[in-house]
Amino acid sequence: MADQQAGYDPFATSGTWVRTRAKLGIYALLSLFAAYYLLPLFVVILNSFRDLPEIAANGLIAWPRSFNPKGWYAAWDTYCVGGTCAGVKGNFYNSLRMTIPATLLSTAIGALNGYILSKWRFPGSGFVFGAITLGVFMPGQIALLPWAYILGQIGLTNSTYGLILVHTVQGLSFTTLFCRNFYVNIPDDLIKAARIDGAGFWRIFRKIILPLSPPILIVTVIWQFTGIWNEFLYGVVFTSGREQPITSALVALSTNGTNVRQYDVMSAAVLIAALPPLLIYFFGGRYFVRGLTQGAIK
Amino acid sequence: MTILAANHAEATAPPRSLSERLGAYLPQILLAPSIFASFVYVFLFSVWTFYVSLSNSSLLPTYDYVGFSHYASLWKSARWNIAYTNLFLFSSLYVAGALLIGLTLAIAIDQRVRFESAWRTIYLYPLAVSFVVTGTVWSWLYNPTSGIEFFMHGLGWSSFQFAWTTSRDLAIYVVVITGIWQSSGFAMALLLAGLRSVDQDLVKAAQIDGASVFRTYWRIILPAIRPIFIAVIVVLLQFAIKTFDLVLALTGGGPGISTTMPANFVYDLMFQRGQIAEGAAAAMMILAALALVLVPYGLWQVWRQQREAVRG
Repeated sequence: MADQQAGYDPFATSGTWVRTRAKLGIYALLSLFAAYYLLPLFVVILNSFRDLPEIAANGLIAWPRSFNPKGWYAAWDTYCVGGTCAGVKGNFYNSLRMTIPATLLSTAIGALNGYILSKWRFPGSGFVFGAITLGVFMPGQIALLPWAYILGQIGLTNSTYGLILVHTVQGLSFTTLFCRNFYVNIPDDLIKAARIDGAGFWRIFRKIILPLSPPILIVTVIWQFTGIWNEFLYGVVFTSGREQPITSALVALSTNGTNVRQYDVMSAAVLIAALPPLLIYFFGGRYFVRGLTQGAIK
Repeated sequence: MTILAANHAEATAPPRSLSERLGAYLPQILLAPSIFASFVYVFLFSVWTFYVSLSNSSLLPTYDYVGFSHYASLWKSARWNIAYTNLFLFSSLYVAGALLIGLTLAIAIDQRVRFESAWRTIYLYPLAVSFVVTGTVWSWLYNPTSGIEFFMHGLGWSSFQFAWTTSRDLAIYVVVITGIWQSSGFAMALLLAGLRSVDQDLVKAAQIDGASVFRTYWRIILPAIRPIFIAVIVVLLQFAIKTFDLVLALTGGGPGISTTMPANFVYDLMFQRGQIAEGAAAAMMILAALALVLVPYGLWQVWRQQREAVRG
């Protein structure tokens, strides 16, 4: 797909001098943009290890002249957010306890839905697929009041379980879309042959569909994980204080209201919040892009 | 006689146990919870919010019908006026900027550069980071006393000014620039995949005819990937309409209320000011804006598929 070499070489017929100049121009352009994209990342990484007085004196964009990892300890363990001084570790764990189950649940359900909607079609299944995928486009603001009511009724307000429910239901539409569009390309003859051999619904799922699924399941898990981890609105509306996932807690942290901004601690906290999705992106980047291009390019 | 009848019945319709009959409907049964959840989430929630917007709810939802008066007061509100003006300004600049930068990068990467995957990884990583993180970090960099302005002064350019986040007129452009920073990699990735899917024979024919580089792109390659442009625009517009946490973390909607977006206004109405009905009305307007983008796109997709089916 995107890894193959390009076929079009605009400078194939140009002279060496033109080619060299064009290449230099292209690398200059790419480097300039790379600097723009990387600037914030470098700034937070460096500042999370600098001394606060040194940051105050030299500004945020400066080569570090001090090295001090205490910002990380403070951010993790002792920094005060909204009255409690226990750092962001609790919020980080909340995020893990919310994101992992919601990702696995929504992916499992999506795989099953995708299998049914592609290989066990029934009258109206196309409509059902359309209705489920509409959820992808729903703005969170529409769902706030109804969710608040439902979570209140079933006693899951201000709880990680409530957020798992919300994210699983919302995630369903994404995962069903991804999996259905992948499974649709598995030849129907394979399924027919298996059915003639007497294989049933579950057997076909286990023996044929699942072994072919790792590419799409990895894409789905990566997208669900980053999406749910990075989600802010539901976290901030349905939970508060110590129950909040880290992405939602971050805003309270940076608008803490103290006169001196503790850039060292805040940089570390921002990195702690950004690290899990970033790691997933750097190690699974290939699949990340594949998830992105899925559907948009047919 | 009875034996014969029994045999006959067995031959045509074997008696089926309850579990077997249920088994025939297993797919539908397994799908039922998802259908139910989606029905509730998509349809019931929309209707519910719509109904609240017609009620006189304030701090808590009530269901006394008052009609469209909240919509009327919403459209008269100065803050909503700012919010949707911002949305138009932000959407157009953000989509145009992300497309332009994304296309530039995609074309540059497509010139057989070395370390292609490294470049792509760098341009795309912002998409893996939350808007809250992006907004927080960029707000520090835009801060004149610690960020870019301070840095430029340190370099000796003491007249350099970059305090847009403190200006009511300029702060929205800071949101635009940051939004572009977050999303242009997305446009790049999709457009690059598109460039790679263009029929190479067409391109080579143009090259043999002596068409210039610019002409080849403008006349042959870019028109061939028009559907991808449209897909990217639709997705970016969708991001723009839903923009919420980026503004909250970057400017907090300020200075004053100058960078408020519709989604921020909904949040404030519902959870800061206790005007639930008006917040619901504003949320319905967001849904309407999304429908305005997505319904034509969906219809166009259907039309395109049918046309392709006819052509074979």
